[in-house]
Amino acid sequence: MSRELMKGNEAVAEAAVRAGVVSYFGYPITPQTELLEYMSRRMPELGRAFVQAESELGAINMVYGAACTGHRTMTSSSSPGVSLMLEGVSYIAGTELPMVLVNVMRGGPGLGNIAPAQSDYNQMVHGGGHGDYRCIVLAPCSVQESIDLTVLAFDLADKYRSIVVLLTDGSIGQMMEACELPPMQPLKTKFADWAVQGAEGRERRFLTSINLDPAAQEEMNYRLLKRWVEVEANEVRYQEYFMEDAEYVVTGFGSSARIALSAVRAARAEGIKVGLIRPITLSPFPKQVYANLSDKVKGMLVVEMNAGQMLEDVMAANRYRIPTEFFARLGGVVPFPDEVLEEIHRMVETPIPTDSHPRDRWFARVMAKG
Amino acid sequence: MVLDNCELETTVFERPDTLTGANTHYCPGCTHGIANRLIAEVIDEMGMREKTIGVASVGCSVFIYNYLNMDFVQAPHGRAPAMATGVKRVLPDRMVFTYQGDGDLASIGMTEIVHAAARGENITVFFLNNTNYGMTGGQMAPTTMPGQKTTSSQNGRDVETQGYPIRVSEMFSKLDGASYIVRRSLHDPKNIRMAKKAIRMAFETQVRGLGFSMVELLSICPTNWGMTPKTSIQWLEERMIPYYPLGDYKVHPALAEIKL
Repeated sequence: MSRELMKGNEAVAEAAVRAGVVSYFGYPITPQTELLEYMSRRMPELGRAFVQAESELGAINMVYGAACTGHRTMTSSSSPGVSLMLEGVSYIAGTELPMVLVNVMRGGPGLGNIAPAQSDYNQMVHGGGHGDYRCIVLAPCSVQESIDLTVLAFDLADKYRSIVVLLTDGSIGQMMEACELPPMQPLKTKFADWAVQGAEGRERRFLTSINLDPAAQEEMNYRLLKRWVEVEANEVRYQEYFMEDAEYVVTGFGSSARIALSAVRAARAEGIKVGLIRPITLSPFPKQVYANLSDKVKGMLVVEMNAGQMLEDVMAANRYRIPTEFFARLGGVVPFPDEVLEEIHRMVETPIPTDSHPRDRWFARVMAKG
Repeated sequence: MVLDNCELETTVFERPDTLTGANTHYCPGCTHGIANRLIAEVIDEMGMREKTIGVASVGCSVFIYNYLNMDFVQAPHGRAPAMATGVKRVLPDRMVFTYQGDGDLASIGMTEIVHAAARGENITVFFLNNTNYGMTGGQMAPTTMPGQKTTSSQNGRDVETQGYPIRVSEMFSKLDGASYIVRRSLHDPKNIRMAKKAIRMAFETQVRGLGFSMVELLSICPTNWGMTPKTSIQWLEERMIPYYPLGDYKVHPALAEIKL
């Protein structure tokens, strides 16, 4: 396979095509639009379905319909657009359908801006839509990983009849990197016994999220949860860097992990025994890796481009055992590796308080700077 | 004896294969049942039961999937045309239709329906207009008539503060993507027969790949109107039809050759 120079959003689009996506429905929004544009050329070229919908509401419900047929389908958007889609996301979850949603996050809340951010973590990982459901959430930190996780996303969606979110940001979506694309997969020809394609020579099927009998709805919720237990047992993914002898741990996901890694390398060059943990699946969250951190770990620094949304999950995962600090830039501001390195120095040089919340201490420092 | 001349075993009336035979949740006198049956009869006559996918909406239309014996999906409120678009684009050789009331189609789902029509989406829409939100107990809908009393316009719809009804068929007839837009009524046998022909024409529009088709069906809602079925039918004739005239609002020239 030859290596190509590709933009993140376009690489995700081509990876989805090669993973056998049969229909794409989307709506323009920066910094995701290249994905839609790429699909508008590529899908018709292959005789596959492309519709630029009237809104994100339209797009997600087109996906909902397409997902009912059992064929692979997807949409993509960015933060405000994803908020609009959450109605459909809840219905799709409630109907137990596979689909892939790409969220190229930008600064918020509200209209915010078009710069990279990670402030949709809670929305994607802890719900967003109404009702009790979970999405599998994959967080790449490079163009190559965006490609690999897109292919994985379709497989996991089919395997677990689940929504899989590829959670990138304006930086990963817009950057160009050398990458390798997967081979073109043949389209699905075998379909699950729930797929609605017309009741030809069989009993009719119908797909719905309505369940007027609370006891039956409870059964349905149990079924979702049972599937989630399986996902948690089998699909946790993360990457560790320099962790063998680490006395300090930095952790973050996606872009912030990538930036933090530069800082960790710089700290290692100075002789600081620091490692990095990067969750690849934000949901299921790699709780075990944090729970299992040895007592030799003296401190942990969580770096995010939001106000500590993953921070809460990290602290709960290690049962608030390891003294933790927090560093973030918000609103679409991307941290510099030097800023993270400075935080590593602080963590190593000053005792980490355990009687206050890391977010409060970080925010107090931000406010003190003025 | 007169009976000696009768063929007692001749079937003169039976349930279409496309109807499941389930008891409906519709109120006594409601015309939803007629609309369901007409759709079932037409699909039977076309031999398309196994190749049709229905998209149910939200409102009294929500349980249609229990009554029609075919593959069905269930859309969120107002989104049936978008969902139908998704199904149809992936399975273009299937006949796909939505079944929506006036709250679903003309209020919360107006964006989805207008754009499905404008795209010339090759789907068929059955639009039941009974001038109120039936399922939630008779609130004001976009189609509620000026002066009409509903549970959320208790002194009668005041157009000064609550605006005017939307004439959906007239509006959609202006869209280039729409190929078959007609309004029929379900208030008497003659009109019911005309409605059935329109349902057939709408499906024929789709089968021929001509684009978006919609049949608006004026319907009664005795329970929420607070009238007997008989009075409701009179009210439909005397009040609704003058405001929502029956007729063909747009018919693609290629449909002229079809004789039913």
